[in-house]
Amino acid sequence: MAKTEHEKRRSSLFFRFHIDIPLLLGILTLMALSMCVVYSAGGQNMDMVIRQAVRLGIGIVVMIVVAQISPFTYQKWAPHLYILGVAFLLAVLLFGDMGKGAQRWLDLKIVKFQPSEVMKLALPMMMAWFLSVFTLPPSSKNTLFSFIIIAIPTLLIAKQPDLGTAILVASSGFFVLFLAGLRFRIIIGLLSASVPFLYILWNFLMHGYQKQRVLTFLNPESDPLGSGYHIIQSKIAIGSGGTNGKGFLHGTQSQLEFLPERHTDFIFSVFSEEFGFIGVLMLMSVYAFIIARGIYIAVRAQEGFAKLLAGSLILTFFVYLFVNIGMVSGLLPVVGVPLPLVSYGGTSIVTLMASFGILMAISTNKRLLAS
Amino acid sequence: MRRNSYQIQDHSAEANLFARRAIISFVFVVCMMGVLIGNLYYLQVASYQSYQTRSNDNRIKVQPIAPNRGVIKDINGNVLATNEPTFSLEIIPELVDDMDETIAAVSEVIELSEEHISAFKKSIKYQRRFKGMPIKTKLTEKEVASFSVHQHKFPGVSIEARLARYYPYDSFLTHAVGYVGKINKKDIHRLEQNSQIQNYAATRSIGKLGIERFYETQLHGITGSEEVEVNHRSRVIRQLSVTPPIPGSDLHLSIDVEMQKKAQEILDGNRGAIVAMDPRDGSILALYSNPSYNPNYFVSGISQKLYSKIVNSKDKPMLNRVTQGQYPPASTVKPQLALLGLHNKLITPETTIWDPGYWRFPNLDVKRRFRDWKPSGHGHVNLSLSIRQSCDIYYYDLAYRLGIDEISKFGHRFGFGNYTGIDLKEESKANMPSREWKKERFKQPWYKGDTISIGIGQGYWTATPIQLAMATSVMVNKGTVIEPRIVTGITNQGEYQATPVKIREPIDDVETENWDLILKAMYDTVNADNGTARSAFVGSVYSSAGKTGTAQLFSLGEDEEYEVEKVAERQRDNAMYIGFAPFDSPSIVIVVAVENAGGGGSNAAPIARQMMDLYFALGIPSKRKVAPLIDIVAPVSTTVKAGE
Repeated sequence: MAKTEHEKRRSSLFFRFHIDIPLLLGILTLMALSMCVVYSAGGQNMDMVIRQAVRLGIGIVVMIVVAQISPFTYQKWAPHLYILGVAFLLAVLLFGDMGKGAQRWLDLKIVKFQPSEVMKLALPMMMAWFLSVFTLPPSSKNTLFSFIIIAIPTLLIAKQPDLGTAILVASSGFFVLFLAGLRFRIIIGLLSASVPFLYILWNFLMHGYQKQRVLTFLNPESDPLGSGYHIIQSKIAIGSGGTNGKGFLHGTQSQLEFLPERHTDFIFSVFSEEFGFIGVLMLMSVYAFIIARGIYIAVRAQEGFAKLLAGSLILTFFVYLFVNIGMVSGLLPVVGVPLPLVSYGGTSIVTLMASFGILMAISTNKRLLAS
Repeated sequence: MRRNSYQIQDHSAEANLFARRAIISFVFVVCMMGVLIGNLYYLQVASYQSYQTRSNDNRIKVQPIAPNRGVIKDINGNVLATNEPTFSLEIIPELVDDMDETIAAVSEVIELSEEHISAFKKSIKYQRRFKGMPIKTKLTEKEVASFSVHQHKFPGVSIEARLARYYPYDSFLTHAVGYVGKINKKDIHRLEQNSQIQNYAATRSIGKLGIERFYETQLHGITGSEEVEVNHRSRVIRQLSVTPPIPGSDLHLSIDVEMQKKAQEILDGNRGAIVAMDPRDGSILALYSNPSYNPNYFVSGISQKLYSKIVNSKDKPMLNRVTQGQYPPASTVKPQLALLGLHNKLITPETTIWDPGYWRFPNLDVKRRFRDWKPSGHGHVNLSLSIRQSCDIYYYDLAYRLGIDEISKFGHRFGFGNYTGIDLKEESKANMPSREWKKERFKQPWYKGDTISIGIGQGYWTATPIQLAMATSVMVNKGTVIEPRIVTGITNQGEYQATPVKIREPIDDVETENWDLILKAMYDTVNADNGTARSAFVGSVYSSAGKTGTAQLFSLGEDEEYEVEKVAERQRDNAMYIGFAPFDSPSIVIVVAVENAGGGGSNAAPIARQMMDLYFALGIPSKRKVAPLIDIVAPVSTTVKAGE
């Protein structure tokens, strides 16, 4: 008991500010790594590293702020946030800014932001709220409702078009359903129903460039200088890293700019080229640790809503990781999902850190209740 | 409220359900991570070699480095062909978006003529687009300076310092040394066929004529390479390794520039050829064809105007008259015919004929008369006098008795009617006629009358000056047949090696005293009071021998007189002379041919005299180290040379 007392005293400051130390350590490790790899991928551009540091700093602040809010508050906000999010998505479709052939940004004069990012948090909250009102596992009627709740924002985001975010948002909703006890026969039924869905997706929803990405994913060597270029160069970067890597700042694929989008979506390729398979295993361990900690927090949570939300957020974090590494290493088509917390750039870091803030709030709130 | 009553029970059931699902999720996460790691293991460990190679292929490019072309030197070490740094304006087509616009903009800084532009556009059509191509060469310092200021405005356009071939002696040696020119489509095709194209990856010019062409392989050297690291835009980041090129070999000639200079002076205003050769080893001492032209024009691309002026000139400066000029040898081949007569025992030194000024077929009822050059005739003529005085009747009769078959066979043994084997690709076989030749050429039988003019080196018989020089050497050497050569030594990477002297099957069945008789008669031609070359060599400090020749180009009717005034300039006689010195131990054989100049004794022999005078005045005999004759019998070349 003395040990627990000692631990409590030591972590009391963090505890008071709702900070989960293991999760924080995992996040900080990734952030430190992020700055190193951005430095290398950006051609040793210090300005870039500083901008990334500022962004990560803002992310930490956001996380701490979010962590101070009680999970009960989120529970109350959830439906409102969801409705607001859907409204924003509709607004984007109607008045949004075009960027790279896709309508993603909403200009509110003061700030420009992507409503789809809000939906990454709002949808799992809404789902967790909706399902935790009733006894788990959800009834058939509620399951159907859940699908509608998921489908609305997903389709709106896919229409922008932003396939990567649509996948992330949809999976965050499905994870809530799954954790809530969605019956396996429904899951199997859904998987078999996905065949006609994929048909509709391919023929009516996907844009030409997205189809091209899928086609070149299936056979990148067919177009080595065109759309297959990204994936071929990325695989060369990863493969040529070997077991030990070429060494920090010595990745020829990245330093000589053969690798496109080095500091954003393809930053994992830079890392793999310079640090090799051993580096990859270490990076994966950090991610595995964070995910394990997140699931632990979810399991230990006292309340249904918190459990479902925490579980969904951490599993969505894994989807980020899986889709990004999968696409740069040629397992999945290139859909534009960053490597969480490591890729250079904007909005996703803030959203991710907010979700970690929620996880921390859930983690510490439970203990407050217990005591 | 319904919920509240079951809260405790529901809570633990829900917690259990959630825990189960969380564990399933975690297992799922671990499995999927396993998939990722498995795939990464496949890429990074299992397929490492293949991706390592592809990565290196991406970044490492091998760039060729052109070797420095070997220089060509004369007997005194004077450089006849060298490499000089020049600045040229080059454009890499790949890096230029709008070629016309760029050229227009550049021409505001550096003046570009229409000719430059059209030549450049033509040249980029069949070159690789990343290879820089010159649009203007030999930039002045001022042009270099003014472009450098504006350099930043023109991506893909740059000033390059390169080594360009330079011939310091302008037109003195054009036909011997030749020149290099831009590699063209035909050259590329030939290099590809010889699998030499790799070695020319960085080379821009290639030997087009003369020694430059014949010794292209030796002069060129071996292209080196450097491995460089490039970025995705193919810009060179750094050098990884370098294999230095091996420079081309230097060539050493036995030609003396002073001899060439003298030859040009003497032949100025005439069309003609002078060739001097050391009969001991076939080394060429002088080789000059007039008119000549400046080879430097051709190095970096000659203008169309100048080119057509040279090509279309009536005087045919491009023709190498020494090796391609097909002249009737005229009386210069009388020594060979006399030798054959002695050898076949048709004549003896004492045999005398009566020359009334004309010759007619004996026993035949043919009225046609063959005239002597001297209308009144020479009276009684023996062997010595027939050469000294160049009596035509003596040789009409001899040829008639020898017959074409014997003459043709013997002529071939002296090298007539075939390539001499000189190290130039521009060579003609000329013609040593025979029955078979006439049948094939004219579909006609050989007539007896055809043989008569062969007796005085006319009719169908033609020879190049280099063939005459070779035949004279055979005479001087009493049967040893040595092929002429311009290059006497090659220095490859600091190591000098003499080029081998090639010997052909000798004429070893002719008695020494017969050779001596002919040589003595040739001595008399120069030294006896009534010798045809006597006046040309009066007072020379060395003893020499020779034979004059006057080739008729205009057929006179049987009773017509040759009158200079009545004959068009281009129809006038060619003046010929062959000679050698010193008489006792000859070290120089000389052949002079001057087109439409008139009699050989008065127009060609004095030229030979001047050349020989200079040869001895320069002390060339003491400078020359005669190459040893290696006992190799070179087969007579049957390959067709260029210029045929």
